[in-house]
Amino acid sequence: MTIIDARQFDQKRTVPGVTGDWEIIVGMEVHAQVLSRAKLFSGASTEFGKAPNANVALVDAAMPGMLPVINEECVRQAVRTGLGLRAKINNRSVFDRKNYFYPDLPQGYQISQFKDPIVGEGTVVISVGPDRKGEFEEIEIGIERLHLEQDAGKSIHDRHPSMSCVDLNRTGVALMEIVSKPDIRSADEAKAYLTKLRMILRYLGTCNGNMDEGSMRADVNVSVRRPGEGFGTRCEIKNVNSIRFVGQAIEHEARRQIAILEEGGTIDQETRLFDPGKGETRAMRSKEEAHDYRYFPDPDLLPLEFDDAFVEGLAAELTELPDTKRARFVTELGLSVYDASILVSEKAIADFFEQVAEGRDGKLAANWVINDLLGALNKDGRGIDETPVSARQLGTILDLIGKGTISGKIAKDLFAIVWEEGGDPAEIVESRGMKQVTDTGAIETAVDEVIAANPDKVEQAKAKPSLAGWFVGQVMKATGGKANPKAVNAIVKEKLGVE
Amino acid sequence: MAVDTETVKRVARLSRIAVTDEEAARMEGELNAILGFVAQLDEVDVEGVEPMTSAAPTTMKKRQDVVTEGDQAEAITANAPLSDDGFFLVPKVVE
Repeated sequence: MTIIDARQFDQKRTVPGVTGDWEIIVGMEVHAQVLSRAKLFSGASTEFGKAPNANVALVDAAMPGMLPVINEECVRQAVRTGLGLRAKINNRSVFDRKNYFYPDLPQGYQISQFKDPIVGEGTVVISVGPDRKGEFEEIEIGIERLHLEQDAGKSIHDRHPSMSCVDLNRTGVALMEIVSKPDIRSADEAKAYLTKLRMILRYLGTCNGNMDEGSMRADVNVSVRRPGEGFGTRCEIKNVNSIRFVGQAIEHEARRQIAILEEGGTIDQETRLFDPGKGETRAMRSKEEAHDYRYFPDPDLLPLEFDDAFVEGLAAELTELPDTKRARFVTELGLSVYDASILVSEKAIADFFEQVAEGRDGKLAANWVINDLLGALNKDGRGIDETPVSARQLGTILDLIGKGTISGKIAKDLFAIVWEEGGDPAEIVESRGMKQVTDTGAIETAVDEVIAANPDKVEQAKAKPSLAGWFVGQVMKATGGKANPKAVNAIVKEKLGVE
Repeated sequence: MAVDTETVKRVARLSRIAVTDEEAARMEGELNAILGFVAQLDEVDVEGVEPMTSAAPTTMKKRQDVVTEGDQAEAITANAPLSDDGFFLVPKVVE
C-alpha cells in the first residue's frame, strides 16, 4: 500500500531539535465499542460490570460446534458511523480470522475484517486553535477505513496468588476499529481528532465514547522526519485510554525518536506502551510475533452484503451532525462561530440550547446558556444532564426579560434562585416582588432623593456630564436593581439638566 | 510451496504447541506431503473467477439485537480444568 502525504508542509508545525527542525507524523487506530444490547455474533448481553462470565454465550466461549450469527444492529451502527465520517460504505464486506494465542481469546482468533472492511475512506474535520491571533484552523483528517471486529476478554492478574483469572464478558462485544490516514502533525491535532471523533460517535449514538470505561481506546502511530523527507519508521503506542494521555504520549515519543536520530541512530519499528505515571513510552517487554496474524476469510461467515436502500434508509434517519448544526446556528440564529462551537460540543447541550432558543432570540439564549448555565455547571463540576435549571425554566426567565418584567440584572438573581430552589420563575418574580419598576413616578422619587443627598456631586455632574452614570448606579442600588435602567437614565439626565 | 523445519517450529510456537526437534522434522515431511497434494489445485486456471464463499447460493443469516443467552457462568466454566467464583483460572500470564 502506498501511503499518501495529504498535508501541505507548514513551518509552524515543526518542532526544533538540536540539529534542526523536525516534523511529527501521527496516524491513529481508534477502537470504539459499538452501542448494542447484544454482542456482535451472539445473544449475550453487552452490559458493563456484570458478574464474571455472566454475559457469555456458548459461542463466545468457543464451545465446539457453535457458530457465529451476526447482530444486524451492529451492522447498522457501523454504517451510521461510516455515514457520519462521510465515508464510502461498502455494500459487500468480508470477515476474516486474525489468529493469535492468548488465554482471554478462547477461539484462538479474533473475527475481524482485513481486506474488505464495511466502511472505506472518509473525512473528519478538526478545529485546532486558537493561535496567537485568536483564530482557529480547520484541518481535514482522512479516514482510511472502519471495520467491525470482536473485543477480547479480560484477564485479572492480582486476584489469585499463582493464577490469572479470565472473564469472557467482553469477549465478542462489537468494536469498530477506525483507522485514520497519517494526516496528523502534532499532539494538539491528535487530541482534536480524538475529541471530534468521540463527538461524532456520541451524536450518532453508535458508541458512548467513555474512555475511562474502555469503550474507546486509541493505538497511536508516531514517526518523525526532516521537512521535505518521506515518512520515517514509526512506533505504535498501544491502548492509550485518555485524550490527555494521547497528547503526552505523542510529545514524549517524538522527543525520544528525535534524540535517537540526532545522535545518528535508527528507529526500530516496535510496539510501545505509555506509562501515564511517568509520562513516557517504553517498549513492550516481549518481542512477540504478534504481527504474524495469518489472516484468512472466516469459513463460518458468509460475506456481509446489503443493498443501497439499506444504506439510504439509515442515512435518511441520521441525526444532524455537529458540523452541520454549528453552521445552522451561525447562519440561521446569527451566533458567532465560537459560541456555536461551544453549543454543539455535546449533543445534550445543543438540544438544551435549541429548546431555550425556540421562538426566542437566539443570541440572548446562547449568552445565557453559555455564560450562565454552562458557567454555573462548570463551577459545580456537573454535566448538562445534571442541570438544576431546565430549558423550560431558563426560557421563562428570558421571556420575563423580553417582556420587560425584570431587568437583566434581576434576571441573574432570579437564575440563582431557580438554580438553588427550583420553581416557576414567573411565580418567584411575582411572590418575591422582583418586578422591574417602570412606574416613572416611583423612579422620579428615587432620583430626587439621590440628588438631594448629594449636592456636591450634582455640581460636578453639571461640569462633567459623564458623572450622570454615578447617579444611575445609586438609583439602581436604592431600588434593589428593580428600576428600569433606561428610564432611570433618562430621568437622571433630565433632572440634572445634562445631555 | 514447501515448509522448512524453522517454519514448522515457528507455526508451532504461534499456536503454543511444544514440538521436539524430532517431531518438527517428522511434521515437516507430513506437512509438505499435504501441501504438495493441495498444490495440485494450482494447475486450475482461476483467472477472473470469484472465490466461492458458499456451496449454496444464500445470504448471511442475521440476528436481532436481543439478549437471548447468559447467566450461565457455571455451565461456561464446567469443562475448564480450574475455575473459581465464575472465573476461568489459567497459569499466570502477566507481563
